[in-house]
Formats: sequence, C-alpha cells, structure tokens
Amino acid sequence: MASAVMNMTTAALDWVSVAFDAPLARAVVFGVHIDGHLVVEVLLVAVILFQLTRKSYKPPKKPLTEKEIDDLCEEWVPEPLHPSISEDMKAEPPTLESAAGPHTIIDGKEVVNFASANYLGLIGNEKIIDSCVSSLEKYGVGSCGPRGFYGTIDVHLDCEERIAKFMGTPDSILYSYGISTIFSVIPAFCKKGDIIVADEGVHWGVQNGLHLSRSTVVYFKHNDMKSLENTLEKLTRGNKQAEKIRRYIVVEAVYQNSGQIAPLDEIVQLKEKYHFRVILDESHSFGVLGNSGRGLAEYYGVPVEKIDIITAGMGNALATDGGFCTGSVRVVDHQRLSSSGYVFSASLPPFLASAAVSAVNYLEGNPSVLTSLRSNIALLWKGLSDVPGLTIGSHPLSPIVFLKLKKSTGSSKGDLELLNNIADRMLKEDSVFIVSTKRSVLDKCRLPVGIRLFVSAGHSESDIRKVSDSLRRVATTTLAEHL
Amino acid sequence: MVRLPYLTALTTLFSYGLLFAFGQMRDFFRKLIDWSKSKGKDLKGYAPICLGLEDFYTRRLYLRIQDCFSRPIASAPDAWIDVVERYSNDHNKTLHRTSNTTKCLNLGSYNYLGFAAADEYCTPLVIESLKKYSASTCSVRVDGGTTNLHTELEELVARFVGKPAAILFGMGYVTNSAIIPALVGKGGLIISDSLNHNSIVNGARGSGASVRVFQHNSPSHLEEVLREQIAEGQPRTHRPWKKIIVIVEGIYSMEGELCNLPEIIAVCKKYKAYTYLDEAHSIGAVGKSGRGVCELLGVDTADVDIMMGTFTKSFGSCGGYIAASKEIIQYLKHTCPAHLYATSMSPPAVQQVISAIKVILGEDGSNRGAQKLASIRQNSNFFRSELQKMGFEVLGDNDSPVMPIMLYNPAKIPAFSRECLRRNVAVVTVAFPATPLLLARARICISASHTREDLMKGLDVISKVGDLVGIKYFPAEPPKHVEQDKKTL
Repeated sequence: MASAVMNMTTAALDWVSVAFDAPLARAVVFGVHIDGHLVVEVLLVAVILFQLTRKSYKPPKKPLTEKEIDDLCEEWVPEPLHPSISEDMKAEPPTLESAAGPHTIIDGKEVVNFASANYLGLIGNEKIIDSCVSSLEKYGVGSCGPRGFYGTIDVHLDCEERIAKFMGTPDSILYSYGISTIFSVIPAFCKKGDIIVADEGVHWGVQNGLHLSRSTVVYFKHNDMKSLENTLEKLTRGNKQAEKIRRYIVVEAVYQNSGQIAPLDEIVQLKEKYHFRVILDESHSFGVLGNSGRGLAEYYGVPVEKIDIITAGMGNALATDGGFCTGSVRVVDHQRLSSSGYVFSASLPPFLASAAVSAVNYLEGNPSVLTSLRSNIALLWKGLSDVPGLTIGSHPLSPIVFLKLKKSTGSSKGDLELLNNIADRMLKEDSVFIVSTKRSVLDKCRLPVGIRLFVSAGHSESDIRKVSDSLRRVATTTLAEHL
Repeated sequence: MVRLPYLTALTTLFSYGLLFAFGQMRDFFRKLIDWSKSKGKDLKGYAPICLGLEDFYTRRLYLRIQDCFSRPIASAPDAWIDVVERYSNDHNKTLHRTSNTTKCLNLGSYNYLGFAAADEYCTPLVIESLKKYSASTCSVRVDGGTTNLHTELEELVARFVGKPAAILFGMGYVTNSAIIPALVGKGGLIISDSLNHNSIVNGARGSGASVRVFQHNSPSHLEEVLREQIAEGQPRTHRPWKKIIVIVEGIYSMEGELCNLPEIIAVCKKYKAYTYLDEAHSIGAVGKSGRGVCELLGVDTADVDIMMGTFTKSFGSCGGYIAASKEIIQYLKHTCPAHLYATSMSPPAVQQVISAIKVILGEDGSNRGAQKLASIRQNSNFFRSELQKMGFEVLGDNDSPVMPIMLYNPAKIPAFSRECLRRNVAVVTVAFPATPLLLARARICISASHTREDLMKGLDVISKVGDLVGIKYFPAEPPKHVEQDKKTL
C-alpha cells in the first residue's frame, strides 16, 4: 500500500518536474528559455494583480421590508400643525366701524386715526368715490380672470398708461395686490447665479422675493452707504466672472421698518461705478416725496431713466389697492410673461384701477396737498421732540414717523409689550389710535421695534397736537418704571 | 385622461420642431445684423437682462400668436362681453387698441355663478359700503385695517365652508404663498399633486421645507411616496420629519377633473399626514348647496385640516380665505406675513362676497342661489355631453364647470382662437408653459348666467370651427333622428 502511494507520488512529481522544465515552443526570449515554471509564475502574478484591483468587501445593502416600513410609519409622531397658543396670540386688533380717514369710529367712539397710510387724505374723497361707483355699475366688482384670459379690462390699460405718463417712464404694468408686486418682480429678473445686494431692513415682501429668486443675496447695513460701497467692492474686485452675471441692488425709498429714506444720488453713483442695476420699492414714497409727488427720483433730482426698475404698492398714498412696476419697455414686457404674480393671478378689480387713475389725476392737479402733508410732519416732529423715553428714528421728511424706545428692555418681545401698552392706553383714555410694529416669526429683519405714526395731509393741527400731548402723557406714566 | 393618438403626437412634434428651426434661423440672422450694426451704448459692462435662450420661446413662438392672449374687454366679464379690437403694424410684436368693440359670447371668464356683472342684490349693497368705508383701508389687518365687514365675512365664510374659523386675504395667490411657509418650515415635508397651481409651488418653495410630488390624483402613488418618505426621514440626516402636509386642489383648472378626495383623505389619515385643500375653482361652483368638493364627494370637513379658497371665481370679487380650526387661525393671525404686512381686503369687495354668499345660502330672501347652482350644473353637463357627442376630446369630470378641449398641434391654437372670435365667440386657448408641450388645449368655463340659447350658439360655432381646424379626434355620434328613421324602416 505504502509503496503504491509512494510510486504514485514519485510519478506525479516526475511529471511535474518534466512539465516545469519542458521547453515550450522552443522559444528563447531575451536569452531566457520559456519553461513551464514561467507560466505558473506569470499566472501567480496575474492573480495577485487581480486581487489588488478588487474593492474591499462591503456587505450588500438590503432594502427595508414592508413590515419594517409599516412599523416605522406606526411609530412616527408628527408635530402639531400649530404651536401652543400663548396669550399674546389671542389679541385682536380694534375693529373700525367707518372709513379709515383721519377720524374714524372704534367701539362707537370717534378717535383720531394715525394707523392708516392715507398720506394724501384721499379716503373719502368725493371724486374718487364717484369714479368707483360708475366703475362698479359698469364692470361689477371682480375681473373674473387673469390678465391673459379676458381679465384685461380697458381701465387696466388706461391706468397703466396714466401711471407711466405721470412717472415719465415708457411703460408700466399693474399688479393686483401691493405686496405681491415686489415678490413677483424680483424672481422674474433675478435667477440662480445672479448677485443681489440688499439692505438688511427691507420688508418681508422683498425678503420673500429674494428667497424665491434663488440668487446669491448679500445684505449691507441698514441705509449705510459706506457698508454698501464696501460690499460692492468686495463682490466685484478681481472677479472676472462678475461681468457676465446680472447684478442688482435692492433698496426701498422709505423703509417701512424704520422710516429712513435711501440716499438715491449716492446709490446711483455707486451703481454706475460698479455696473449694478437698481430695483427700488417706492410703496411709501410714491405720491409723497418730490415737488409733485413723483417719488424719490424727483426728490433727489435723479433722472428717472437711471433707475432700472421701480415698483410701488398703491395701498398707501393712492388710497386704493394693487401695485405697479415701471421701467423701460424691455423690463415691462418681460414681466407680462414671466412674472408669476401677474400671469397666474386674477387681475385687479376694475373699480380699484379707476380709483388709482382718479387719485393720480387729483395728485397732479392739486400739488398743494403735498405741502400740507409736509407741514403736518414738521408739526408732529416738533410736538414729539420732548416725549420721555422715546426718540424719533425716521427721516424728517418720511410720512412714517418712527418712535423707538430710548432704552430697550433687552428683548424685542419686552419692547413690544411696553409699546402695545402705550398704544392700548392711548386708545382707551385719549381716543387716539396708534400702532406698534408687528413682526412675524418668518421675518428676517432685526431692526428695533417701535411705534409708527402714519401722518396724513387730512390731519388737522389739533389732531397732531392731540397725538403728541397724549403720547407724552401716556409715555411718562407707562415708561416711568422702565426709565 | 388624455389619449394622445400616435399620429397626432408625431405631427405635433414635427410642427414644434419646424417652429424651433425657423426661430433659430431668425435668431442667427438677427445676431448677424446686430453684429454688423455697432451696438453697446449704455449697456456696456452690464449683462443682458434676458439671456438669449431664456426668452426664445417668448420671442419666436409666443409673439406669433400674441393676439390670441390678453384680449382687452370693455365691459363686465359677464356672459356676453365687448372684446376690444386690436391691430398690429409689425407682425404682432406690438398691438394697439382701437375704439371698436365686438360683442362676443364669453366662454373664458371664471364667472361660475354669474356674479361678475352688476347684480340686483349685491351691487347696491356694495355701493353703500363703498360710500361708508371708501375703496381701501390703506392699512394692514393688524393695524387699522380690520372693519366690521371683515369680521362679518370671516364668520360667514367659516359657517359656509363648515369649519370653526376663517381668515381673509386680499389676493388668492398671496394666500397660498404666505400661508404655506407659516405652517411648515425647514425639517417638514410637503407632498403636492403634480398638477398643482403655481401659487402652491411658490409657497412650497418659499417655505424651506422639502417638496415631493405624487402622480396626479393617484392615492396609491401618494401612499407609496408617504411610506418611502416616513421610512427614510429627512435627506442625509435621516431624522424623522417634523410634519408632513399633503396639498391637493378641488378642481384642477387645466384638466377640469375633480380631486379623488375620499381616498386621499383616507391615505393621509392612515399615515398621520395633514391635508390642505385648495378649492379655488370648486367653492361655490360644485356641490348641492355650493359648498365645494367636500359636499359633492361626501367628505366630512373636519377630516380636512386646512381648506383654502378664493373669491375671484364664484363670488365675483377678489381675495382668498383659509378655513381651519380656531387655534390654527389664531396662530396664523399672529404669524402669517400676508396678514401682518399686506393691505387688508378692499371693503366693497368684502361686501360683494358677503352678499354673494347670502344669495347662495338663500338668506337674501329669494331662491336665486338655488337657481344659479342648478343652472350651472345643468349647463356644464349639457355642454360637455354635447361636445363629446360631436367627437371632440373633452377632459374633466361630470359636474365640473371647466372643460378643456384638446388641440395638440401648435398651429391649431391660433386657428381655433381666431376663427371663434371671427364668429363672435371668445374662447381661451392654453399652451406651453401652462400645460405640457404636446398637450395644448382650449378651455371652456361655463357660467350660470349662460342661457340655453347662448350654449346652443356656442356649440354651433365650436362645431363649425372644429371641422375647419380638424380637432374632432373621435368619431361623432350619429344624431338621434337618423336612428329613429332606422327604427321606422
């Protein structure tokens, strides 16, 4: 047995050694005989190389089974749709029982109204109401369709022409709601990859537009031209790509959140130096600033062609609703197809468009209303100069007089409580209706809160004196512990 | 569902290809001509406000048929309108108004219950409120913009829709764009129907939440998406979602279809997702008493978390509302930016809605509301069945007042529109980008103020134009009297 195995092993070994030393193909490559063992060595090297190129071992991914998904769905608990309702959420604003003019009726009492942005006193104007009545009788209330589908009524086209003529621009486009104007215009022109430099105090409508545009947004310090220049310098220095992308500066003429006025002449200088385009929101300055109410450009003496896009809401000086945007023909035509708030929404009710036309006609025919507004603002400034605990933070010409607390409580919630206290007491005790700034949690603006007084050309001197006396009295008592 | 014949798809693609080729050729020549003429002036150093390819569709395709859109009218958008004639001196690039008008049958405005023109009950009340409250309050709701009318309307809307409380906004588009960010933010998930309106898409994008789309009106696909998303969690971190909201519409305006509401609600309840129903086109127009798709499909309003609607379509006014539980409305009144920063709704418009709802509910002392609701249902069903008998491809469900007629080919869009206008019928045609590229259509909106004669005239004209343009894709049913003759024989 053993010898048979031994014989077989020796036979096998002999065979292997023969195979190893058998000259293959009788070839001589570089002076080396190709023998059997070379084949084995080459195969071994090949196997080693193959193993080296394989990836490390990973266990294969197993998708979740149906049962596991069922379990996960069972376990998942969503948050409630709304957070718990706190006491300050339950507060309701006062209800008006008559038109929101300089005097209005709240709870059966007549109060002096400083909460409506009725800058030219056009609420209750006979001519405007007459034009609205004839419009209502002819066209009904709503326009029942978007602009593209028989929602364009001839009053809309008349209104657009009138506004363009008034502003001195080639064309204008009408939107059906004030706040939707700016957040439809910005995404129509600014796309992903563009650069926008915006003031940090812009209101929510502008912030929403900037967010929807998906462009790169850089904020500069509120109304600080040095900060703006540094930002523009940083963005364009040595940046060759900057030539090919669109660049915009977004500012408001009169800031809702602070009452400051943007220095347009410096902005236009900077824009020309660094090749940016300007988008200007004139909601609170149209019909207020400038010798004939044509807005910020007229006030600073800047030719209106230098501002690329002007938008404004008509819910303030013009005492109607809706908004418009004006600029060059290219700017306006582009919006007719690519501005979502224009294309996908019903158009402005016709009676509001005819109210806008009458308001612009009135403004053009009675520029003296602007002088009364300015004298009212100056009178109010004088009356508020010695109110304890509050200081005026707005520009002397701004129709929004913004009062800040001299010493903040440390949190905007605490500040707001004090200010709301003052406003409530003034309404109850002195029949003066004023409001504090309300901020949404979605608002990114971090400017201080305060009290906003909307001055109107319809206020009389006694109204202004009443509000300053009342404010002085209530602030002294309410802020006494705080000071 | 759209059944696109193979041959039609080929010819449509060919037409678009031809238009595209011509457009590119013209762009090429335009570039040559502009390069030979020196340009620049004050645009040096500025990137163009519109890059070449972005508005290619506008310049080369849309401008050719621009006269079919944005037609101005010189009367109320009632059953018959005065369409202003326009002319162009430069091949449709700019259009100028004339002072001539043509009286046309209006099959395009959203005037479902006929409140568009001056109404005998509503208009005197509206004028009275205009004289009392003036055209605008010039103030936001939380400051000095809330009048008696606003509070009255909020209670009335809540009662009409069947929810505990409601909140108003001055524009329907802004309602969606400003509410969705207030309800769900980063870390939440929005699952929306693939054919949802642009305002919902904008609101979802503005909220910062993740967005997923499910196949149009398909509860099974919705279930699949929900299961997958809950199991996966947030992208990359795999943390569980904070909340999930499913957004659907009552009637889809481009399809005329009703939402598959009962099944979608059942799926959402099973997976604890919140539902948001946008009833822009269905409130006031469907349902036995006009209360919308919930009434029509027998869904309890307590099962839908948030119901949104607009006043533009059925009530002849402007603005939108949200109806939900008291706590949600209180929270929204505190946070929603449209409530805190936007001018409040115009008081005459509020009064119009109040009067319109009172008419619908019958609280004005007459039965005009019931008549209007019956009228719109009968009109829609009659019109749709007649069109289908003629061989047109009509989309949409029964009872829905919106009926799209498929055109497909881009050349048929201006042909249909202009031929109908020549015969004094005003229709709306919709093409890309509001619809998919190959599925252009003409959309008919029926109103309660259309009489039987109006509808017969409309059918007659559409049939003639349909033969001329060649859009009767299905075989027409033989008319009834032929069958009777066969019987007698």
